[in-house]
Amino acid sequence: MSSNTSIQQIEDVVIKFAGDSGDGMQLTGSQFSNNTALVGNDLSTFPDFPAEIRAPQGTLPGVSGFQLHFSSNRIFTPGDACDVLVAMNAAALKANLKSLKKGGIIIANTDGFDAKNLRLANYPEGINPLEDGSLADYQLHTMDVTKMTREALKENTMGMKEKDRAKNMFVLGFLYWLYNRSMESTENFLREKFGKKPEILDSNLKVLHAGYNFGDTVEASFSTRFKVEKAKMEPGTYRSITGNTALAYGLIAASQKANLPLFLGTYPITPASDILHELSRYKNFGIRTFQAEDEIAGITSAIGASYGGHMGVTTTSGPGMALKSEAMGLAVMLEIPLLIVDIQRGGPSTGLPTKTEQSDLLQAYYGRNGECPMPIVAAATPSDCFGSIYEAFRISVQHMTPVIFLSDGYIANGSEPWRFPKSADLEPVKVTFKKELAEGEEQFLPYHRDENLVRPWAVPGTPGLEHRVGGLEKQNITGNVSYDPENHQLMVRIRQEKVDRIADHIPPQQIEVGPDTGKVLVLGWGSTYGAIKSAVLDLLAEGHAVSHAHIRHLRPFPKNLGDILHSFDKVLIPEINNGQLIRIIRDQYLIDAQGYHKIMGVPITRGELVVKIKEMLA
Amino acid sequence: MSTTTINTPAQTLTAKDFATDQEVRWCPGCGDYSILKQVQTIMPGLGIPRENIVIISGIGCSSRFPYYMNTYGMHSIHGRATAIASGLKATRPELSVWVVTGDGDGLSIGGNHTIHLLRRNFDLNVMLFNNQIYGLTKGQYSPTSEENKVTKSTPFGSIDHPFNPLALALGADATFIARSMDRDPKHLQEMLKRSHAHKGASFLEIYQNCNIFNDGAFEVFTEKSTKAEEAIFLEQGQPLVFGAQKNKGVRLDGLKPVVVELGGEYSASDLWVHDEQDFYKAQLLTRMFDDPRIEGHLPRPFGVFYQASRPTYEDSMALQIEQAIAQRGAGDLDKLLAGRETWTIR
Repeated sequence: MSSNTSIQQIEDVVIKFAGDSGDGMQLTGSQFSNNTALVGNDLSTFPDFPAEIRAPQGTLPGVSGFQLHFSSNRIFTPGDACDVLVAMNAAALKANLKSLKKGGIIIANTDGFDAKNLRLANYPEGINPLEDGSLADYQLHTMDVTKMTREALKENTMGMKEKDRAKNMFVLGFLYWLYNRSMESTENFLREKFGKKPEILDSNLKVLHAGYNFGDTVEASFSTRFKVEKAKMEPGTYRSITGNTALAYGLIAASQKANLPLFLGTYPITPASDILHELSRYKNFGIRTFQAEDEIAGITSAIGASYGGHMGVTTTSGPGMALKSEAMGLAVMLEIPLLIVDIQRGGPSTGLPTKTEQSDLLQAYYGRNGECPMPIVAAATPSDCFGSIYEAFRISVQHMTPVIFLSDGYIANGSEPWRFPKSADLEPVKVTFKKELAEGEEQFLPYHRDENLVRPWAVPGTPGLEHRVGGLEKQNITGNVSYDPENHQLMVRIRQEKVDRIADHIPPQQIEVGPDTGKVLVLGWGSTYGAIKSAVLDLLAEGHAVSHAHIRHLRPFPKNLGDILHSFDKVLIPEINNGQLIRIIRDQYLIDAQGYHKIMGVPITRGELVVKIKEMLA
Repeated sequence: MSTTTINTPAQTLTAKDFATDQEVRWCPGCGDYSILKQVQTIMPGLGIPRENIVIISGIGCSSRFPYYMNTYGMHSIHGRATAIASGLKATRPELSVWVVTGDGDGLSIGGNHTIHLLRRNFDLNVMLFNNQIYGLTKGQYSPTSEENKVTKSTPFGSIDHPFNPLALALGADATFIARSMDRDPKHLQEMLKRSHAHKGASFLEIYQNCNIFNDGAFEVFTEKSTKAEEAIFLEQGQPLVFGAQKNKGVRLDGLKPVVVELGGEYSASDLWVHDEQDFYKAQLLTRMFDDPRIEGHLPRPFGVFYQASRPTYEDSMALQIEQAIAQRGAGDLDKLLAGRETWTIR
């Protein structure tokens, strides 16, 4: 280490890695995040990438970014604005400069600012932002990453294109130097990933170290290195986790604790596919994953599995859930367990496949033919996917109903530290199969309900309980086909009442932070959790009477939700959509809630919420 | 398909034990009655306990079938019975699963699932009731209706080219394809038994008369007066002979099937000998699909066209799980949740 650099303690950093979609920014970001987690910082990440696998190189639409917020304090969002912007090319700088704080650090790869890249990024002829003084408000550090990568690999025999692939490792190594880190986690990662390709492993390690060592040699430009202390988090053992991984683990855990084998019937769709990838790795947990021919076969195969006594799950995103809606109706009619996982993205139609949005709530509530109520559970953060899918699983098997689970692209790909549970501490999930006729029971009545209006689960292979089910309206109790008008009205109401009564079996709504009564309640659901919580904590610190409640159980709502809503003068409902939860809340509780709607494919920030809440407090 | 796991001893059941108390609601005279009867007739002989039999259907007249079978059953949604059956069979390989579908359900709205089920080779039985018309929606043409067909939705005649269901199934690499008809109970029973005996996906096309909207669509193959001349019944190892006097046969002229008179220039030994295992000849057989209204047409084959052995999807799926457990040990939830890299805060 150079003797001339000092190490400065800081509390909080937001870094954005930005480059062309082929530059490996997602890998760089996730490696730095994992490393940050191991240091013990609290962290929150936000990967943001184009829909095209390789959008035209060097252009603005081709920019791929990974934002990482880490801190020695508790944090809940990936940060509103960046302290550090790593720009691998001109387009990456142009697309992200507006989110960099004044005075922030820019680390620019000069090779990405040649005439061609400048032109592709739509800079006027002859203008190079690295040279024209336009970045005077920032701390600009330039380095020719490409040249130095090639230099580090001059003795390797691989082709130039192959060598250039290691560019991201140079940047990563440099940042490890800048934040005073050990590189061990990434070295191990590379050894595992490229263990069978020694040449590629060698080049990546060489370039990683070259980046780190470069830090020492440019002390004139970087006189300070930074260190962020461990965060003061609840004692326990942590790991870093993304939303989709936590969701997959939640399914596996629930399947184990319910002793109910898991079947995933699905069709690949962004941003849900990672759940399939993850679950397909765990065959030794007895998990069956079935990549079906389409979305409809995804859900209907899962219905077949549930009918057979397994836990049928289907995963998708908005357009896929639209395709599944008829089959969801069948599952409501059959009254069997089933999980429909919707990782929401920008819509309508194909919309913004890689961008986040909360715009499927009304689809989940109302998007089926007929009177077709289904419980809805939503995750708030990446790690919350574990507990909330576990809860959805429980509701589904104990109430014999399909359940919709809502996450979104932001939660799915974002990561945070997770104080993971011990298997022994997880609540067992009780599942009851009907095995035989009860005493005095002469024939099996498939729609004979218990006190929660739940019908028995009798699966093929059970002697004496042979019966037929289907999508036609059923006669109450017997389940035989019935077109009787009174019976239909009765059955519609029973199916609704069955879902409503789940409210007796879910936890009451909690106030997340803030007093039980006050001027403004900020009511959220899903991925707005972090932004709302951060904003409300800031305002509480300033002495304002504001509170935050976040709904996990969106249908039915917790029974005390109405009381909470009526305990505040005003209710604000921020959503990444054009106003969906707000319609349902107004409808069910007749309150004049206000909305805050952002539909730009990106999360709501803490800062904009603070402004909005202050307006309402005034 | 063969079902090995039997939870209870197969009692001595009769066809009546497979009937339910539900009133059968097909139109009087519908071909479905015969098919239901033949299925109920062969079931006791298969030796499977009722609780291990599942009948899954989609939507359409044929799809009412499960309600009339005293087994487990599901009347699902349009076109999706094959996909539902796939999920059931993947998770419960020991069950005997029968899919009831029609030309609309299985080849139109559900065509996609049908071909994928066949290529995956789930060990289950697909019974495709082909009546070349939409019955439940009251008389529109179907994907198997002949060209120029005048129906409610095609008053000027259909301009659609019809599917050849068995050629389609073979194109999807089905491991068992056969054709039978509602009006030949003996043959139909035999084909149902053969479907059941096949390990893998069996695809049985059953010509079924819709006496309301498409009466007599298959008359030439089923009526006593024409059947012998128009239908040719395939038997393993036997030459392709037909005709009321058994005086005609089909021989192969290169790759072209030709009808010849027997007793003169040709004898039975010159004819095409049926071999269910012959993949290439099976293709030719499925293409013996001439419109019987055309002069010089070939007779239509009935029977088992093709049968092959290929691992079933559910067996391969179970094997992968077995291997994963053998290699890595049964899943350890605590290890999974902890992952590789953790840190502790005290």
